[in-house]
Amino acid sequence: MKSLAQGFKDQAGQITRDLRHREIIQTALRKYEGVRDKTKAAFQDWEAARQAASAIKWEGINHLDKYLVEFADKLEARGTKVHWASNGQQARDIVLGIIQERKARSIIKSKAMTSEEIHLNEALEKAGFEVVESDLGEFIVQLRKEAPYHIVFPAMHLTRGDISELFARELGSAPTQSPEELTMIARRVLRQKYITADIGLTGANFAIAETGMVSITENEGNARLTAALPKVMITLLGIEKILPRLEDLALFLPMLATAGTGQPLTCYNSLYGGPRQAGETDGPEEYHVVLLDNRRTELLADAEQRDALHCIRCGACLNVCPIFRNVGGHTYGTTYSGPIGSVITPHLRGLQDWKHLSFASSLCGACTEACPVKIDLHHHLLQNRRNASKQKPSLFEKLGFRLFAFIINRPRWYGFVKRAGWLVQKLHPWVKGTRLDPAYGWTKTRELPPIARQTFKEFWRSRR
Amino acid sequence: MNVTLFIPCFVDLMFPKVGISMVQILERLGHTIACPAELACCGQPAFNSGYWDEARTVAVKVLRELKDAEVVVIASGSCGAMLKVFCPELFAGTEHAEAAGALSKRCYEFSDFLVNKLGVTDLGSRFPAKVTFHDGCHGLRELGNKKPARQLLAKVRGLELVEMKDAEVCCGFGGTFATKFPMISTAMGEVKCASAFETGADYIVSNDSSCLMQVQGLLDRQGAKLKTIHLAEVLAQS
Repeated sequence: MKSLAQGFKDQAGQITRDLRHREIIQTALRKYEGVRDKTKAAFQDWEAARQAASAIKWEGINHLDKYLVEFADKLEARGTKVHWASNGQQARDIVLGIIQERKARSIIKSKAMTSEEIHLNEALEKAGFEVVESDLGEFIVQLRKEAPYHIVFPAMHLTRGDISELFARELGSAPTQSPEELTMIARRVLRQKYITADIGLTGANFAIAETGMVSITENEGNARLTAALPKVMITLLGIEKILPRLEDLALFLPMLATAGTGQPLTCYNSLYGGPRQAGETDGPEEYHVVLLDNRRTELLADAEQRDALHCIRCGACLNVCPIFRNVGGHTYGTTYSGPIGSVITPHLRGLQDWKHLSFASSLCGACTEACPVKIDLHHHLLQNRRNASKQKPSLFEKLGFRLFAFIINRPRWYGFVKRAGWLVQKLHPWVKGTRLDPAYGWTKTRELPPIARQTFKEFWRSRR
Repeated sequence: MNVTLFIPCFVDLMFPKVGISMVQILERLGHTIACPAELACCGQPAFNSGYWDEARTVAVKVLRELKDAEVVVIASGSCGAMLKVFCPELFAGTEHAEAAGALSKRCYEFSDFLVNKLGVTDLGSRFPAKVTFHDGCHGLRELGNKKPARQLLAKVRGLELVEMKDAEVCCGFGGTFATKFPMISTAMGEVKCASAFETGADYIVSNDSSCLMQVQGLLDRQGAKLKTIHLAEVLAQS
């Protein structure tokens, strides 16, 4: 079987040559950058805000033991059932159990990357239930039977034309280029689904320990309908979503919106604290919160990279990443793509299987600069590389670097190799750009500068 | 001032003019230059590939050679980042930790040295051309040098600087990344070249030869007229 690394390379090789894809993504993300910069400028001090957000997340993550219990206790006090899932299988079983117990048939969902992480939709569909994504982007990729392309913009790789074609094919609608009309087509389908669904399943943006509340932020009102209409509500979230205090939202909601989409604030911001209470007229009859570990605690145990749990899934690092911009979201083959995905996937799914993502980076650091909670992303890629090479070195590379060290540390050897290289390069044109070329990785697409007749060192010696 | 010039291996072998230009500029300013013959590489290729033991073998020699240097000027933002930022991390917890920390404080990337250490921006240079500047990522983000190169270019006679779109976006070089993932590296370079073409500039200037090797490599393959040139070579012209 082809390795994951080879699969990544093959797909990257194809998509980087796809100029239409390149144009769509570059244009969309340049537009995002423009809007984001304007909104960032409205902050009195964006850097201070990042610092503060990082400190709050640091506190939350370093005291997860305390805050998670506080969060769960407060929720349960209002009649919420809190479930703890160590892994994906447990989380899927918990959700399936709730659905079966309620004899439910259909589930409406708002956006939840954790559900992608544990492949919940597939499990529910396999068990015979209907699952409908209500976020417009998610609805579109679900119709295409695709994973989300991006953690915030699931369908950013598609044009209006692509979506119109898809709707015409899958929903029988008339072709249109108007975003409003396309939205209305989806809405007509979805409104019916909210009403008939037995269960509403959401993700969460933040988990407030102080008050035992789930914070959900969205632009379409679909999460509100998902939470409000069905009789049973389930929220699936990773344990790292903790924020200690309610007032922390005053910082995190605008930062998430700014970094994520460039909005000053996302349109709909809701807090959910439990099922319908006595005397209340609306809200679900039952509320379940499923807290997912799925190897997050292993990342927590890594003192060097623990801050990766600060991630608020804003997608800012994906948006600025030149690798993401060129290979796109699907090439990664992971739930979380871009720099944050390259950092955490080896922790969540195995270092040796996923180390190639940490190597597939120029270490430019744009991600770290963009991260609103100051995760040291590109340095974590370096640490993953170190850990991977230490755990399972490539003999070829190890010997190569030893030989390199031997030569480079000995001026006479270095001089000899230079002269040999200078002579041998005269033969290079014969093989340049072919498979026989030792520099094929470079010369397939680029010219290689020749070794100079007189190197700097030779110049320096000749002068004295 | 006694300046020790660190010319990284690839600059030595392929871009000697960059080093020679730096010698000319620093000597013109009245400084005494030393270039230790034993000094060749900072160890970054092994470090970035995850082979930290092998990186230490190379970098420890650098620590030894530069132990007594008053100031060290590095002819690349990337190798500068290795000495200033990554070596202290590489040697943390070893017997060389102190030496790495001490060296870090005495290291300067070339443009940073001129502007922030020497306080010089006008070198009396003349370079009549329209240029655009590419920020090398390591110089920009690890060392925080956005301004010095632009301050220097602003004083060059006859030179017109036109900023390109996404000047701060990586060119796609990234060391061994360029050959391990050539398809991604090439696509990134093509995006960079397209931004540079849009400015109508004659030259792409940068203070990192590694970025310029990537960009020039693509331009040459495309047969483009646009050329790359190192900041030091621009400043050495009068």
